[in-house]
Parts: sequence; C-alpha cells; structure tokens
Amino acid sequence: MHDVFTSKRFLKYFSFAIVFALWEIGGRIPISPAFPTFSATMVALWQMLMDGSMLQAYPETLQPLLIGVAIAATLGIAAGVWMGLSRFGEWLLSPVFIVAQAAPLAALIPLLVLAYGIGLTAKVMVVLIMAMPVIVLNAMSGVRSTNNSLIEMGTAFLGSRKDVITKIILPSASPVIFAGLRLGLSAGFIGAILSELLITPTGVGDLITFNQSRADYARMYAAIFSIIAVAVIALDFLEWIEVRWLRPDRKGAR
Amino acid sequence: MSMQQTAAVLDRSQTDAAVAVRGVTKIYEGNVKALENMTLDFPRGQLTSLLGPSGCGKTTLLKIIAGLIPATGGEVLVNGRAVKGPGRDRAFVFQDFALMPWATVLRNVGFGLELRGVPQSEREAVSERYIKAVGLSGFEQSFPHQLSGGMRQRVGLARALAVDADVLLMDEPFSAVDEQNRRKFQEDMLALVEQEKKTFIFVTHSIEEAVYVSDKVAVLLPRPSRVSEVIEPKIDRSVSPDAMRRDPDYLDTVERIWTALRTYVE
Ligand SMILES: Nc1ncnc2c1ncn2[C@@H]1O[C@H](COP(=O)(O)OP(=O)(O)OP(=O)(O)O)[C@@H](O)[C@H]1O
Ligand SMILES: [Mg+2]
Repeated sequence: MHDVFTSKRFLKYFSFAIVFALWEIGGRIPISPAFPTFSATMVALWQMLMDGSMLQAYPETLQPLLIGVAIAATLGIAAGVWMGLSRFGEWLLSPVFIVAQAAPLAALIPLLVLAYGIGLTAKVMVVLIMAMPVIVLNAMSGVRSTNNSLIEMGTAFLGSRKDVITKIILPSASPVIFAGLRLGLSAGFIGAILSELLITPTGVGDLITFNQSRADYARMYAAIFSIIAVAVIALDFLEWIEVRWLRPDRKGAR
Repeated sequence: MSMQQTAAVLDRSQTDAAVAVRGVTKIYEGNVKALENMTLDFPRGQLTSLLGPSGCGKTTLLKIIAGLIPATGGEVLVNGRAVKGPGRDRAFVFQDFALMPWATVLRNVGFGLELRGVPQSEREAVSERYIKAVGLSGFEQSFPHQLSGGMRQRVGLARALAVDADVLLMDEPFSAVDEQNRRKFQEDMLALVEQEKKTFIFVTHSIEEAVYVSDKVAVLLPRPSRVSEVIEPKIDRSVSPDAMRRDPDYLDTVERIWTALRTYVE
C-alpha cells in the first residue's frame, strides 16, 4: 500500500486530480464569465474530437512543430556536441545561441515574416529559434561535463577518438542532451502556437482565437488543454525513449 | 641521488625489468614540477609499490608509464620499447574506478576487449571468467550504482585483467575499501600476483599495505620529487597472513620505511 501511494505515477495522477478539482471549483464560482468549468471544457473537448475540428487542426499545428523540432534536434545536437568537444567550435557558435536564447521572439516575428512570408517556412523558423538554443547549449554542457577519468579510461584501453566520443562522451552526455531535447520540445510547442497566434491563425492556434472571438470559452479552453496534453505526452515519450534505449541504468530511478 | 643509490639502480637494471623509468621529468603547466629526473626499474613478474606522501607524483608517474600523459623529459621503456602512448602491454586500474554508469558489470569488464574489436560472444566469455575470478559472480547484469565501493573496485580490476596485459598499473586500488575488506583484498592481491605472472605497479599511501603485498617498495619524496629509497621486503609469504603480519622482518621493514618518511613529515 505504502508503495502505491508514494510511487511516482500515483503522485503524478494525484496532482493532476487536485489541479482539475480546483479548476472545477474555480469555474463554478465562477472566477470570471470567461472561465469555464473543467467538466464543461471536457465536454467541449469531446465534441471537438467528434466533429473533426481537432483532427483537422492538429496536422496543421504539428507539421511546422515536427519539422522544426527535428531540424533543431539534429543540427542542435550536432552543433552542441561539436562545441563541447572543441574550444574553437564553442568560440565560433556559442555567442549565436546565447543571443538567440535571450532574444524576445515576438520582436523577431515581423522580421521572419518579411523574410519567409506567412507560410510554413516562417512557422518552422519560429519553432527552430525557440527550440534550438536550449538543445545546443545543453548538448555542449553535457559533453563538457563528461567525467575526465572515463575519457582517460577509454584512452588507456586503446579506444580511438571516435570510440571515446561514441562509447563514452555521448552516453555520458545523453541525460543532459535529453533534458535539452525536452526543454527544446516544450519551447517548440510554444513556438508553434505562438506562430499560429501571431503570424496566421491555423491549426490549434486558430481554434483558440476563433472560439475566443465567438466567446465559446469552453471550446477555447479545450483547445488549450489539448495542446498541453499533447505536449506532456510527447515529453513523456521522449523520456521513455531515453531510458529504454540509452540509459538502462536509470530504469529503477524513475 | 647519492652515489650508492645510483649504483644500486644500475645493478638492478641488469635484471629483467618489464618497465624501466629512465630519468623521467614531468613539469605541468604553470611550472609545477611533479617529477624530476626519476629513474626506477620494475622487475618482471613482481609487484612493486610506489609509496609516498600526497602530491609526490605517484599518479603522475603511473600515467606516464600508461602513456596517458607525456613526460617532459626522459623516457619509459616497457619490454625494452619506449612508451609513446597507451599500449596492449599495459592496463590501468583507476583510483576512482572509472566505470561507465550506463553499462552493466559485464560490459564494463569487457570494455577493454570491446575497444580492441573482440567479438561480443568471445569478450563476454572472457569477462565472465574474470568476474568470477574477482568474486562478483551473479552481478554480471548489475549496474555500478548498485554495487559497493569495494565491488566497483573489483570490476575495475577485472576489466584490467581481462585485456591480459603484461603490466598492471594500479592507482591506490584499495583506497575506497574499509579495513576488513582491505585485508581481504591484499590477500587476494598476493594470490593474483602468484597466479597471473604479471608485473604489478601498485600505488598506495599505506606503509603496511606496501610491505605486505610488495616484492619491492619505492619510497618517493616530494620537492624535488625523487626516489628516496628502494626496499625489498624479504618476507616469508608461505605462512598464514596473520603470522606474516607478526613476522619481525615485516615489522622491521615497516619501521624502516616509516623512518624514511618521518623526516619528511616532520
Ligand atoms: N594536471 C595537472 N596540472 C598541474 N599540476 C598537476 C596536475 N596533476 C598533478 N599536478 C601536480 O603534480 C603533483 C603530483 O601530483 P600527483 O597526482 O602525481 O600526486 P600523487 O602522488 O598521486 O598524490 P596523491 O597521493 O594525493 O594521489 C602535485 O603537486 C599536483 O598538484
Ligand atoms: Mg594520486
């Protein structure tokens, strides 16, 4: 019994339950006429799933998100690993990403629209700018934090530079790289929705703005709720991949 | 170095040395002189200890022999050939174990073989044999964080044994082990030297340990780092470990090394 109540999964569901209960209470008071109850939101969510509006919106939203995150992950990990391995790489690239991480995205969006129009490219760029810096900087610090004595061990047992990188540095950096990927993916979700709200209303962003303009707050909240749920599931999936394939030693720790 | 000691060193170089350190100097960045003109022989098939206070350059010497860091001057010969980098003839046991936390005991032990391109089934067979030899049967699939410090140390030892190198370089292998286990390990160590016919170079802080396990003890002193004395404890190892520890020769040797070191400590 003790184990069940303190297990991580139980605590997670329990905290969800508390948040939903507070939401329901807040909606019933009501805090604001624009704040629907949890149950009304769930009903709206169900309707939107059934009438096809979700099915139509998600591919539109996920397309720039997935393209952007895939590019950010590939280029970002490659760049970050290189920066971690080479002082020259760090000197060359780190200012770019530090600036990009600090830059207020909303201010850049008009520039992106000017350069790439209002289509898919601009949205992919927004996702990229959001997701890439944190992926790069994490990959770099993951590589840097590799225990030096493990690297010495690899060299002492006749590993080539390539062996040391692939068999020691990358596995050792993988938790930090994955932490970067998770942060990058969440940032990518923010970027995808932001670009739909600020560039052209499509997909989930459209569901949010359209229902807001119709004052159908239950549907608006349902759209917001759905994107958060998708993001949480995607993040969990990433964690599962990491533990399953890269760090079997962490299985028990989760 | 006195004339007398130089003569002793020259004399010993006539015997078969698996590792010969010839006038090695190491100056780290920032002009830190870790070793100065060190000359020392490590006889084949024997266990030689490097004993000395913290910071006298023991790890530095071991890493130079391993080919992990270059010497600033002088040279190291292993089986008569000058060391240019790590080689098949040497294996290292790290003071901090250097185990990969994401790999099982089995993979950690076989990692040296993996890096040499030995096929998986073959290296697992070899690894299993050495896991058994160091008394870790049943822990093949465990991860390092599931083992005690002493067990981790034995994984590092098994990994070094598995590559079947002539020379084993061991940097304070028992430092993470409590006193009871330490004695047990020292006894295992003697059995290992007996059975493996390898050359062991063993770094330790403990005078008793050095005298107990070694055929030869090199006492190092810092600033400038030098070999202050080379002692060959002639202790009868055929008797029981406890009898050995009460042997007057053993106690005398411990006392003699302590005298050599005390001048430095004071
Ligand atoms: N990478 C390095 N850069 C600069 N100085 C170093 C470096 N490594 C060691 N030293 C210095 O060289 C000297 C010898 O260091 P070393 O690690 O070989 O000592 P040690 O005898 O192994 O000491 P301990 O018994 O504490 O392990 C020390 O003064 C140390 O500060
Ligand atoms: Mg040391």
